[in-house]
Formats: sequence, C-alpha cells, structure tokens
Amino acid sequence: MSMLEIRGVEKRFGQTQVLKGIDLDVEKGDVVAILGPSGSGKTTFLRCVNFLERPDAGTMIFDGETFELSSIRRREIARIRRKTAFVFQNYNLFLNKTVLQNVTLGLTVVGKQKKEAARETAIQALERVGMADKLDAYPAQLSGGQQQRVAIARGLATGPEIIYFDEPTSALDPELIGEVLSVMRQLAQDGMTMLVVTHEMEFARNVSSKVLFMDDGRVIESGPSKAFFDSPKQARSREFITNILKDR
Amino acid sequence: MTDRVWDILVSSFPRLLGYGLRVTLPLTALSFSLALLIAVIVAMIQYAKVPVLRQLCRFYIWVVRGTPLLVQLFLVFYGLPQLGIVWAAFPTAVVVFGFNEGAYMAESFRGALESVSRGQMEAGYCVGMNYLQIMWHIVLPQAFRTAFPALSNSLISMLKGTSLAATITVMEMFRQAQVINGRVYESLALYTETALIYLIFSTVLTWLQRLGEKKLDHYGGVK
Repeated sequence: MSMLEIRGVEKRFGQTQVLKGIDLDVEKGDVVAILGPSGSGKTTFLRCVNFLERPDAGTMIFDGETFELSSIRRREIARIRRKTAFVFQNYNLFLNKTVLQNVTLGLTVVGKQKKEAARETAIQALERVGMADKLDAYPAQLSGGQQQRVAIARGLATGPEIIYFDEPTSALDPELIGEVLSVMRQLAQDGMTMLVVTHEMEFARNVSSKVLFMDDGRVIESGPSKAFFDSPKQARSREFITNILKDR
Repeated sequence: MTDRVWDILVSSFPRLLGYGLRVTLPLTALSFSLALLIAVIVAMIQYAKVPVLRQLCRFYIWVVRGTPLLVQLFLVFYGLPQLGIVWAAFPTAVVVFGFNEGAYMAESFRGALESVSRGQMEAGYCVGMNYLQIMWHIVLPQAFRTAFPALSNSLISMLKGTSLAATITVMEMFRQAQVINGRVYESLALYTETALIYLIFSTVLTWLQRLGEKKLDHYGGVK
C-alpha cells in the first residue's frame, strides 16, 4: 500500500472551482514534482494536502489511516502535521527568532523536548542544509537562499515522513536557486519522501521520480518523470514541455 | 519676579512634586496597566475574529472613542451614583482612564498584530504548534515590538490626561496646584511650574521609550 493516497480532492474559492478532483499516490522515497501552468491549482492542491486550505471533498490515506478531507477534525490535522513538514515559497521563518530558535521552537513547544536535546537535533538538521555556522543570526540578516535552507532544516528537525515544498525557489534571486536545489537533491538521495510544486524543470526531470502534471484544476498526466519528459502522452503535456524548453 | 512669587514657587515645588510622585504617577501606572490589559484582549479578539465578542469590542471602541474623556469621568463619578453605583474618586479615575485609553491602544495593537505576516502563523501550524502557542511565541512578541512607539505615545498622553482627575476630586498634582493657587492667587507662576513638572515626567518617559526600543530592536534590523 502507498504511504500516501489522495483521492478526489476538490476545492472552490467562491464561485471558482480551483481543484476538480485530484488523485495522487506517493510511495515512501518518492520525489513527486507537481507541474503545471500558473493558475492550474498546484499550490492550492499542496496546501490542501497539509490543510492550510480546507478541501471541500476528497479522502486521504496516510500511513494506513483514512481521513475524510471535508470533515477532518482539528486533532487529526495536528496528528498528520506532526508527520509532515512544509516549505513555503516565502520561507516564512519566525522573524523574532534566531536561526537556531526557528528550528528548536517546534521541538521544544510541540515535541516537549529538553532544550539541550532540541539544540542537538536542530544543529544536525542545520548541518544537513549547510547553515550550522549561522545559529545566532536572525532571518533578516540572511539571504533568501539561506533563509530557505533554514526553513528546510526547521522542517527536517521534526523528523517528518514527507516534506511538502511549495515553489521553494520561486522567490529567490537566480544565483541563490542552486544552493536550495542542491539541498533538496541531497534530501532526495537520502531517501526523503517529497512533494514539490516547482517550475524548475531541470529538477523535475533529473531529481523527481514522479510527475503530476496539472492544468485547470485537473490532473492531465501523472507517472514516472522520465516517461513524462521523454514521451508525454497528452497533447497538453507536450505543449507545456515544448513551451518550457523553448524558453531556455 | 518678585521675592513673594519666588518664595511661593520654592515652597510649592516639593509639594507639587510630591503629589506628582505619590498620586499622578501611580494613577498613570495603574490606568495604563488596565488599558494595556484591555487593549491586548480586545485586539486579540478582533484578530482572531471571535464572533459576538468581536462585535462587542467594536461597540466598546466606537462608544469610548466617540465620547469625550471628561464626559466619561463625570458620567461615572457623578452619574452612576444615581443608579446606586458609587465608587471612590481614585478608582473611578483608574477605571475611566484605563477603559478610555484602552480603546485607542486596542486599535494600535490590532494594527500591530495584523502587520505580522500570516505566513509565519501557517509555518507555526506546519511545525505542529496550536493557535495559542503561535500567538505566544511568534505573533505577540513581534506585535509588541511594532506597537511599542504607539503604546508609548498612549502612556505619555495618559500621564498628562490624569490631570482631568482633578475635576472629580482626586487630589493629584494639578488639583494640588489649584488648591495652592486658591490661597495665593499666582496662576501664571503656579501653573507654569505645574506644567514644567509634567514636562519633566514626560521627558523621562520619552527616554524610557527610547531605551525600550533599543532593547527590543534585536531582530537583526527588522521593524
């Protein structure tokens, strides 16, 4: 059985139906790239999966537990979130906390870890993203790429089974994208399960194992990334890939 | 300046200062504490969009900001006794000043709360924190930093505003100046002296504000 099975996710904002029934299976160790043009609903889908938006319909099977998404309870959401991490486009670091505190806060407040243990866990996580030399810096003193790496460490430290990335490099200056992508590539190699909304085709093609291609709130095509890029089945996918390659 | 006026000033100064320190400052401190408590609660209720309570808070702010402080003082001190509600002058002043300035401070504080990016709250949820934990560790500290100058403004304005308590028989610094003046009829000299003491007090508060801002400004330059 898949580690995460998502069926029929629907979401509407007012009169607009943004998601029209999204399905997705994620196996342990999968790196799923969620692709699609702007406005296709991919970010909304990712936010629905971690309940930053409340889906109107759909089910989720996570670790063998089934959840009805439209009626899920707050306590169940909290339980799911403890097994997941979320990396935002705008990093969303806690601005009043240092790098170290950003990572330890969840551990001490939610995980009830002792300060010393949390510090150790946090430093390990920060070492994985190459930020262990900036423990006492505040987010405002860091570049975007550094902030995003701290945000990844904040997620890693809680020991998630899956990490969601919402366009993690879209807010970054071009020269800072590489450092974040290389951290993500390393995580993928370490076997971390990841769901990545991205416009980085290089990453999608070479690092992700699966692609979920969305347009207009629907899944147009999904499957192994190699197959998607080498021989896309749908006309819409071909068009998308051609357009992307043309821009290069 | 005649010797007589000089003598009056010299002998009244320690008295006035004494009333300032023993009455005006404690009155300010108590009223401000009450106002701060009210402001934080009222602002948080609105920030969290709590139904019913939120409407009550809007109503409170609407009424208090829309009526004069002096009228509020008279209403509570001279009006409410007709309904059998009788409070001594000093507590009346504390309550009225607290509720009055609390309404303004609630708005300052609400603005400060809303200036903290919602993304940080989402990030808090995603690391597993609940609403209160996020408020306590993330949102409130940043909001206090942002609201600090506005709250300091309120404190200084309240310090001066306590002179209105004289009108409901609280024997504070200004009332004491009136009493002395009633004996010696030197309005210009005495009220200038009183004004100077208020100025000294508010100058000290301004220094404290600057000190506080320096101490709070430790987010690596983030406003």
